[in-house]
Amino acid sequence: MNALGSVFLRREAGIAVMIVLFCLAVGMIRPRFLTLDELRIILLLTPLILIGAMGQMLVILSRHVDLSIGSTQGFAAMATAMMFKFHPEIPWYLGFGVAIGVGIGLGFVNGALITLFRLPAIIVTLGTLNLYRGLTFIISDAKQIDRQFVPAALKGMSTTSPIFDIPWIIFMALGTALMTHWFANHSRIGRQVFALGSNPAAAPLRGIRVNAVTLMVFMISGALAGLSGIMYASRWGFVNPSNTGFGFEFQVIAAVVIGGVSINGGVGSVLGVTLGVLLLGCVSAALPLLGIPGAAQNAIYGAVILIALLIDRSVRQRGIAALALRRVAA
Amino acid sequence: MSMSGGAPSDTVSALDAAAPRPRWQVILIRPETMTFVLLVLAIVVSSLLSPYFLDLTYILASFTLYAEFSLVALVLTMVIIAGEIDLSAASNMALSACLCAWTFRAGLPLPLALLVGVGAGILMGALNGLLVIGLQLPSIIVTIGTLTLYRGLAQIIAGDQSIRLPDYFIGINTWLVAGIPVPVLLFVVLSAVLGFLLSETIWGRQIYQIGTSVIAAQHSGIRAKRIKFALLVAMGFASSIAGLITASRLGSVRYDLGLGGELQMVLMAMLGGTYIFGGRGSILGTFLAAWLLAVISTGMTTANLLPATQLCVLGVLLIVSIIATNLIYSRTQR
Amino acid sequence: MVETASAMPDVPLMAARGITKSFASIEVLRDVDLDLRRGEIHALLGENGAGKSTFAKILAGVHRPTRGTLTLNGAQVEVLNPIVAQRLGITLIHQEPICFPDLTVAENLVLGQKGGSPLARVPWAEMTRNARQLMDLLGVKIDVSKTMRGLSIADQQMVEIARALASDSRLIIMDEPTAPLTPKEVETLFAIARRLRDEGRTIVFISHRLEEVRILCNRVTIFRDGNKVATEDIQSFTDADIIRQMIGRPLREYMKKHGTTIGEVALKVEGLTLPGVFFDISLEVRKGEIVGLGGLVGAGRTDVARAIFGVSPAASGKISINGKPVQISDPSQAIALGLAFVPEDRAAAGIFRTLPVEENITAAVPGKIAPSGVIRRSLERVLAEDSVRKLRIRLASFRQPIGELSGGNQQKTILARWLLTEPRVLILDEPTRGIDIGVKAEFYDMIGELAASGRAILLISSELPELLALCDRVLVMSEGRITANIPRERATQESIMNAAVPRSTREAAA
Repeated sequence: MNALGSVFLRREAGIAVMIVLFCLAVGMIRPRFLTLDELRIILLLTPLILIGAMGQMLVILSRHVDLSIGSTQGFAAMATAMMFKFHPEIPWYLGFGVAIGVGIGLGFVNGALITLFRLPAIIVTLGTLNLYRGLTFIISDAKQIDRQFVPAALKGMSTTSPIFDIPWIIFMALGTALMTHWFANHSRIGRQVFALGSNPAAAPLRGIRVNAVTLMVFMISGALAGLSGIMYASRWGFVNPSNTGFGFEFQVIAAVVIGGVSINGGVGSVLGVTLGVLLLGCVSAALPLLGIPGAAQNAIYGAVILIALLIDRSVRQRGIAALALRRVAA
Repeated sequence: MSMSGGAPSDTVSALDAAAPRPRWQVILIRPETMTFVLLVLAIVVSSLLSPYFLDLTYILASFTLYAEFSLVALVLTMVIIAGEIDLSAASNMALSACLCAWTFRAGLPLPLALLVGVGAGILMGALNGLLVIGLQLPSIIVTIGTLTLYRGLAQIIAGDQSIRLPDYFIGINTWLVAGIPVPVLLFVVLSAVLGFLLSETIWGRQIYQIGTSVIAAQHSGIRAKRIKFALLVAMGFASSIAGLITASRLGSVRYDLGLGGELQMVLMAMLGGTYIFGGRGSILGTFLAAWLLAVISTGMTTANLLPATQLCVLGVLLIVSIIATNLIYSRTQR
Repeated sequence: MVETASAMPDVPLMAARGITKSFASIEVLRDVDLDLRRGEIHALLGENGAGKSTFAKILAGVHRPTRGTLTLNGAQVEVLNPIVAQRLGITLIHQEPICFPDLTVAENLVLGQKGGSPLARVPWAEMTRNARQLMDLLGVKIDVSKTMRGLSIADQQMVEIARALASDSRLIIMDEPTAPLTPKEVETLFAIARRLRDEGRTIVFISHRLEEVRILCNRVTIFRDGNKVATEDIQSFTDADIIRQMIGRPLREYMKKHGTTIGEVALKVEGLTLPGVFFDISLEVRKGEIVGLGGLVGAGRTDVARAIFGVSPAASGKISINGKPVQISDPSQAIALGLAFVPEDRAAAGIFRTLPVEENITAAVPGKIAPSGVIRRSLERVLAEDSVRKLRIRLASFRQPIGELSGGNQQKTILARWLLTEPRVLILDEPTRGIDIGVKAEFYDMIGELAASGRAILLISSELPELLALCDRVLVMSEGRITANIPRERATQESIMNAAVPRSTREAAA
């Protein structure tokens, strides 16, 4: 593992500290918060967001945004669930292939539109957000896929556990995080994603194939959103065309931004994003214990995005100011 | 746009200036023309689906469903021309309406409750302005944050309930003035006012200049920051009014009022030929696009297309319209 | 073994023949023939805009020549883009090094090197080791695991040089590398350059600092007005020779109209300072006076202008207009006080490219065309017609987008914009840059007339003949300070240039 500069570690340490402080604070009011049971609840809130955040992290690192991941999750989940319902003879684990494949396809559409027509990602994915949600309704005839159709083995991934009473689904999410970490830090093309976001103008001058990398990034985001779709079915046991994935993109963006990924691209780490997801999980779990209505979640996510932006900016300002002073001729 | 009446001071040499485009091209090959043509097409196609489409009263009544978003889309057009964007409008609508309804329910007389709603909308716009202009954060991400925040606050205030409003307040879409529903009238009037503002006043001119080159504008003494801030506050104001109108139309207020509205507003602006990167667009274009969208949406409903399919169509329309607008604008650049 | 260039004749590394380059209709390089030998350090000299930078960029694939050929090691090549250049072994080190600021030094060294599949494992340990080796080779202490963003310019340059070494570049072009460096850093750079030369590589060194050129280089090529005027061994030239070659052309007869009475002080600046950019700037411009502000690129002149005009205000100092102290924190205040500023980069800070010419002309005087808020187009047209006539702007229609006009006419339009504000003080920043000779003449006349009508003019220019022809006094800035205040009688190209070059050069020449 390489040392990517002390600035990073400061940010991740900062988030870790915030998590500890937050948990301690809540624990003082409600000691129940600091039990192992509660940890399990917290962890179970996170796997979908963690998976989605890995994809979104790559997108934001390359200086884009993907608003369509919630609808992609919904569509992929629905496609997979419908396969389970109407073709129960197909082995349940093939559902993963379907979900991820569908996600890749939807991500490809995003990436193609953005690179071919040089359109801003934000508007394109705003369009596909609605397009994919509509398609989800269409293929499902606006009907939910109920619990009995989702294979028990799949649902079991969220309840059964190989070790420590932690369900399989958590390990899947952690595995995804580890793979993303490897990809981002130890593969050539992963580093090109960082480079692209750090200085898009210089990228072609250094032999980076901008269109190919951009396309790939959106396909990965789509693939992971698709994976989170089948994980949704596992976690909740049903798939609903209006609810599945609704608002998912904002939760994910909140986690990514608070995890230290700069909105301008080029800066960010899997560890930071994971901690960001964990922090949001703690916050979500704390709400019912503190008597705050679950409805407050969205407001909190919104506030989190804004606060993270402010932190990001003040860090940059100080960095830029320090550089300016350094330029004084000796 | 008119060509020069007086003769230019010198003859043009081949090296000095590129020849201007022929006048007919200038007038006709614009995004607004595309919108107009599409509008005519849409009306024709829809009238084939249902003869009601040729009935003005029917069209006007159907438009009331889209009038609220259209009102905000007009101001959004100006924001985009100035080089920014605001995706938080629909959430602003919801929160303003929720605050109004909630304070009313808590005992405040309706006029005061309405003021609360409008005041909240202005404050929300000002918050956007503070973050984007004052702290220089990118407007796209800021308004994604605030759209989540405002909708979330609305959720906290209203919970899962529908807050009902007094009967005398309900049904603004049925109140007619000279045969035209009030919201539609408001839209037409606002279009005229803003259209005039944008094309005939100096502030409108400066909005285009800011969107074309904010640095050149600042160098020319234009108070770009003030103008952008004012536009974002205006968005807040327009959103709150739109939210209250929607509340009146629906009869009650829920936290999910106007859900998905940001898509429709941006779509109207794009369909009207607003250039996403700023500096180009028109109120006329958005005006036509609002009608176009209303006709398309109503037509789809009449044709018994599922809401889901309609959603798909809108999503595709957004992408297609932005591709087309970008193409037209990049062709006309030398 | 120390060998100089002349010991290695034979096939030159790079031979350029007939290199010509035009941007739009303006020719910036004309028929340049040049040989670059192996194992030499070759200087390119010339005034701003003489063509040396453009030539270097053509070698490095940033621009493509309009005409002419390049021959590398005897074989003709087309350097289509910087990546091709790198593969051919040509590296250009920009003044502001291009890099990925958020990635580490080690990574920046490696990115873009050929080979390896995309999913290949990044060999961090090996990368870091190689990077450290390169740094040791260069003799610099840079922590290769830090991000580029934290490095000083000098260090960033070192990294760029290391990149060139890593890809075994045979031709390394350095564009004004010493400008932001301390003397010690310069020594380090020179030692490295000499080592590279001794390895048989070719270094092209673009600089204004004559004594550095003398210390470091074997041969020198002088550019003037787009032409190559001389290539010689450095010993054959004295400094005076060099300067004369660089700027020697018959002085135009644009004598300023005498008889203009010079009045009271219109603009006075005292102790203006912006840390890191300019220090203790004090100057005065009187009514009817044209004060020149000369100096090299990067001396801080535009920053001073922007501070006076309120675009990026100074941190400390005083400004007075017509004797009254003022606070200017915004251009609109400056305009209200009678200041006008024609910026240097008209594309970025001047024109509204897609908007009509007449709207560009009236952009700074909203009160004149829309007294009540509503635009009176007839008023606007009158003002536009008046401006077009007075400044002889060539256009096809008042409504055509200004982007369709030629550079000279665009500049005239911007000038027209500012004249409409009826300014008392006019700051012109490189007003004739990128403009044909004929139109330049018109500009000189206009500037003279503006002064004659009682305005105070501050003329920032890098063109020495321009300063000499027009100005009553020439101030010179160097490295953020004013180094000379030369009245017209004593102003010569040498005296201005001497004050403009960096302190180290001046002291060495003294």
